Amino acid sequence: MKDFKRFIVLFVILCIFWILFAGKEFNELILGFVASLIITILFYKKAFIFGEFNLNPKAIAYFVFYIFILLIEIIKSNIAVAKLVIQPTLPINPGIVKVKTKLKSRLGRIILANSITLTPGTLTIETKDDEFYIHWIDVTSENIDEATNSIVQNFEKYLEVIFG
Amino acid sequence: MLMLIGSLITLIGSIFLFLGALGILRMPDVYNRMQAGTKATTLGTILFLAGLALGYSHCTCWPRILTLILFIVFTNPISSHALARAAHHIGINLTEKSVTDKLAEDEAENGEKL
Repeated sequence: MKDFKRFIVLFVILCIFWILFAGKEFNELILGFVASLIITILFYKKAFIFGEFNLNPKAIAYFVFYIFILLIEIIKSNIAVAKLVIQPTLPINPGIVKVKTKLKSRLGRIILANSITLTPGTLTIETKDDEFYIHWIDVTSENIDEATNSIVQNFEKYLEVIFG
Repeated sequence: MLMLIGSLITLIGSIFLFLGALGILRMPDVYNRMQAGTKATTLGTILFLAGLALGYSHCTCWPRILTLILFIVFTNPISSHALARAAHHIGINLTEKSVTDKLAEDEAENGEKL
């Protein structure tokens, strides 16, 4: 079952990239599908990380929703950092805090750490098992739980459904 | 009309890029500079490319622009994480304004680099 999941996910990703790059003519599509199939058959055993997706409809809906949440977060925090930069006094309050995540899957942790880094104002410096060390440009709390609440929680509740 | 909207979005994107550059100049230490320099530019680049895709919609380049945005979103956090991790690993200090450094504390406690 896990192998089948890897197979499907890798194949779909390769096909999407082919369509994005190479246009939509019938002959090209056939070539792309055949090439994707060959690559998938050769390499799906190595792509263990794709086996961690949940492939039920709820998880896929949450994944689409998650992209929008991430976009809104990026816009909000970009404006916040831009405001910091243009103020003459430069009112930053930086520091490295520690947060904990509940996610078990490796791919889930990778996506969580990258989402944290992608939103300006927070930058993942080191990960160690379920603990992330995060450089935060405006530290509001040094406590683990409160920092987790304000940085991680927003993304985690969606990723928990997607990766289980 | 579409051209106008595309140009406006591109303009907003370039304002964010400018603020990112300003951030690099003004921030006090390497980590804060990285915050401004590598990431205030994420939205800038995304808006810039989205504006191009809108304004030049007569050419069929939007799939490639979408791919570009995708790759920026994938690679940007990884590179800034690698830079910040390396900087902390060789012991570059945080600015004096900093409130806390839990990573250095934990490293000192365990007596080893994580």
